[in-house]
Amino acid sequence: MSSPHPYIPATDADRALMLERIGVETLDSLFHDLPASRRDPAISLPPALTEPELIALLSERATENAAPSRPSFLGAGAYRRSVSSIVAHLTSRSEFVTAYTPYQPEISQGTLQSGFEFQSVVCELTGMDVANVGLYDVASATAEACLMAARATKREAVALLEPMHPGAIDVVQTYARGPALRLDVLDSPEFVSEAHACLVVQQPDFLGTIRDLAPLADAAHARGALLVVVADPFALGLLRAPGDAGADIVTGEGRDLAGGAAYGGPSLGLFAARSQFLRQMPGRIVGRTREVEAGDGREPRTGYVLTLQAREQFIRRERATSNISTAQALIALAFTIAVQALGPQGLRESAELCYQRAHDAARRIAAIPGFDVPERGPWFQEFLVRGPLAAPQLAAESSARGITPGLDVSDRQEPEADEALLFCVTEATPDSHVNALIDALAEIGAEA
Amino acid sequence: MTDYRPAGEDFGARLSFDRGEPGRRAVDVPCWSGDESPLPDAHLLRDSLRLPELSQGELVRYYTALSTRNYGIDSGTYPLGSCTMKFNPKVNDLIASLQGFAEAHPLAPEEDMQGTLRTLLELRDGLAEITGLPAVSLAPAAGAQGEFAGVLMIMAALQDRGELAQRRRILVPDSAHGTNPATAAMAGFQVTQIPTAADGSLDRDTIERELDETVAAVMVTVPNTLGLWERGIEEVAELIHEAGAYLYADGANLNAIMGRIRYGDLGFDVAHLNLHKSFSTPHGGGGPGAGPVCCSEELAPYLPTPILEQGDDGVVRLAAPERSIGRMQQFHGNVGVLLRATAYMRALGLDGLRSVSGQAVLNANYLRVLLHGWYDLPYDRPVLHEVVFSGSRQRREHGVRTYDIAKRLIDHGFHPPTVYFPLIVEEALMIEPTETEPPEAIEALANALIAIAKESAEDPAALHAAPTTAPIGRLDETAAARRPVLRWQPPSP
Repeated sequence: MSSPHPYIPATDADRALMLERIGVETLDSLFHDLPASRRDPAISLPPALTEPELIALLSERATENAAPSRPSFLGAGAYRRSVSSIVAHLTSRSEFVTAYTPYQPEISQGTLQSGFEFQSVVCELTGMDVANVGLYDVASATAEACLMAARATKREAVALLEPMHPGAIDVVQTYARGPALRLDVLDSPEFVSEAHACLVVQQPDFLGTIRDLAPLADAAHARGALLVVVADPFALGLLRAPGDAGADIVTGEGRDLAGGAAYGGPSLGLFAARSQFLRQMPGRIVGRTREVEAGDGREPRTGYVLTLQAREQFIRRERATSNISTAQALIALAFTIAVQALGPQGLRESAELCYQRAHDAARRIAAIPGFDVPERGPWFQEFLVRGPLAAPQLAAESSARGITPGLDVSDRQEPEADEALLFCVTEATPDSHVNALIDALAEIGAEA
Repeated sequence: MTDYRPAGEDFGARLSFDRGEPGRRAVDVPCWSGDESPLPDAHLLRDSLRLPELSQGELVRYYTALSTRNYGIDSGTYPLGSCTMKFNPKVNDLIASLQGFAEAHPLAPEEDMQGTLRTLLELRDGLAEITGLPAVSLAPAAGAQGEFAGVLMIMAALQDRGELAQRRRILVPDSAHGTNPATAAMAGFQVTQIPTAADGSLDRDTIERELDETVAAVMVTVPNTLGLWERGIEEVAELIHEAGAYLYADGANLNAIMGRIRYGDLGFDVAHLNLHKSFSTPHGGGGPGAGPVCCSEELAPYLPTPILEQGDDGVVRLAAPERSIGRMQQFHGNVGVLLRATAYMRALGLDGLRSVSGQAVLNANYLRVLLHGWYDLPYDRPVLHEVVFSGSRQRREHGVRTYDIAKRLIDHGFHPPTVYFPLIVEEALMIEPTETEPPEAIEALANALIAIAKESAEDPAALHAAPTTAPIGRLDETAAARRPVLRWQPPSP
């Protein structure tokens, strides 16, 4: 070690003094327990960069991605949202950013009280009794919901209702390997049976359609199964709360409202449930309490702590409800501030704006000769588009015109998805992008 | 921390929901001026929503006030053992927030994402070099999810060997992080606990006795949670492999050995890393992190999806390994965290990473020497990245618990160390200074702990009453669990 690095404060002189006080000759001697034959292997890493070099290199890399200005109509689990400028501002405050999990509540009230705010927001949106402070993402939260339902019902199979995000099905399958749960992917809720711990449904579903949840709750409950609803929290600004329609567990993805797709992560899994499942829940939970009597006659003040920790890995070890430790706290803070900034009116207006803009775009596409928007029922922000070309060709022709089209879903079994792309338009899709899309599709239609 | 609010205010009693006035708002929403589409049927719609109604300034003040009631690394020394709370370089955040990275849609065509994918490939290759394990998936979102992936990979490999039905046990040391046994159980295995020997390493006799054809794996943290090297780990690896089991490395403590020794070279089959520890990405008050899983060629076909592949055309693509255990998340992992970690790796290079582990170990030993004699040191030998003291003498002689010592340290301006872990040390004080603390900060921490040791004899009541300078005093955790209040409720009329 010679030239100091900006991240490492000790100088050579510091080190010499420290070694002397420790009573060893060299730094290497502190590693003498490590097997000599294995020490200091050849390792090939790219050379170190100074900060200006690092910024230059990675800024160039960022431009190697498609330009953020390129029109894109991808949704399918990640949605462009209008996020208030205050979200990034407040969540960049380093007391939030550089704190660890709040093990010392007296100096972690910022994280803890925010966590309590988050739980409250999630409960209000979902119509559930209790929420945790968040899991990794919607799919892993849904997988945890399936494991919890299996524990609560003592059943060994779970049912997922199509259309469901294929990535979510895949993650549930991964998690189900542990307790060896059987996974049944159903085309119809009538196939839910007494073997199933839960029926999992997505709201809106993977193809964008708004579900009527109450009959699904009835179908599940009639078989003794729980209803798990995988809900888009933004859409819940407009749609009935799943809890009011009979859901037992609600999961969701908070990343988009928190401020950015970031190629899919960091994400934020929302997890809420009815109160009877509280002690079965995975993840950390914040509770409200008061100071212990100070003994100075002062009224004890209100504070927040991590609570019900007897469910958790660091206490319960192999009998924990989940192994989760580090989750997505900073994204949960961003989500909370974003939703609270919108407030009850703003969230409703924003969700309605999203609905209107998506429907307007769909109407304009359907009016282009050769194009069709097959509907499967009421929908929110995603819609199927069929053109005069097969889906892959339509996608390629759009891309060639500088537009990233909707996701190709033509390999799905639903008849409406045949030869279709799944387009998404939200409140944050620029008008100019929609106009460019209409022009491009009209051109494709005219040439076909 | 500064708190400019009125001293008498019970700040925590009023949530954002209790502030503001009906009708106020923090953001406005554009009006729709086009053709109105009818909304879905009313029974599908919500009729009310209770959320706070605050102006923008009020909301900003509320969360700013909350931030001042928090302590982060940027506030001061944060020697939380096993958590590697090192300085988080700000350039990493800048890079992750570059628009081309931050706004990319996860389903964008791979050809349009080469900037991100090439950067992740660089991280993947670096982690393979650093761990000596050639195959890597960056998918897991945090250490515990990386562990889960690793154990599921072992499970899948045993299934393909036709031995899963018989190999139902995983051996875990009693000094392990709680996630290890929790992960093994989550994957459906039974956990057998291995005691720690007097020198702080795994008890070899128990390992030899327990290893048989019912063992699937042994999970070991290297260095272990006592901050000590696991002596004889290479021979243990050989025994494990002879018995047909796999050796798993919990890489939470990589910071001690980065660039100096590699899991793969020691005989480990699979390891997870915590990039929010060793690779300096901010912890955010409980995430997001990233927990890549690295493994041998033998286990590579089972890695979680996606992995990265570079074609002959130079294009980097996402791929599913042949016998993959599947996805851990709907998309590709905590990419924003992975980008920060790449920036950290590139800022240091190999020499820098070796300086990191060297200085981290030097700092822990410096603290060990400064505090020697003031607190009991159950495993009294040179340590690696952290040192575990015991407050049992203070408890025995003065009725002061480690809990009290930790709370008193807050009054000295420090975040307390990890307490009551590892479980095998009574009244444990687990201290990890990390390499980013200057010697004078370590001396100040030591002086504070020495002052507290003296105070525990002279004025134990002061310790029982601590902290007195924090935004709030000790909280009643028993009441919180007994009568859970877990969300805002409107005030009763």
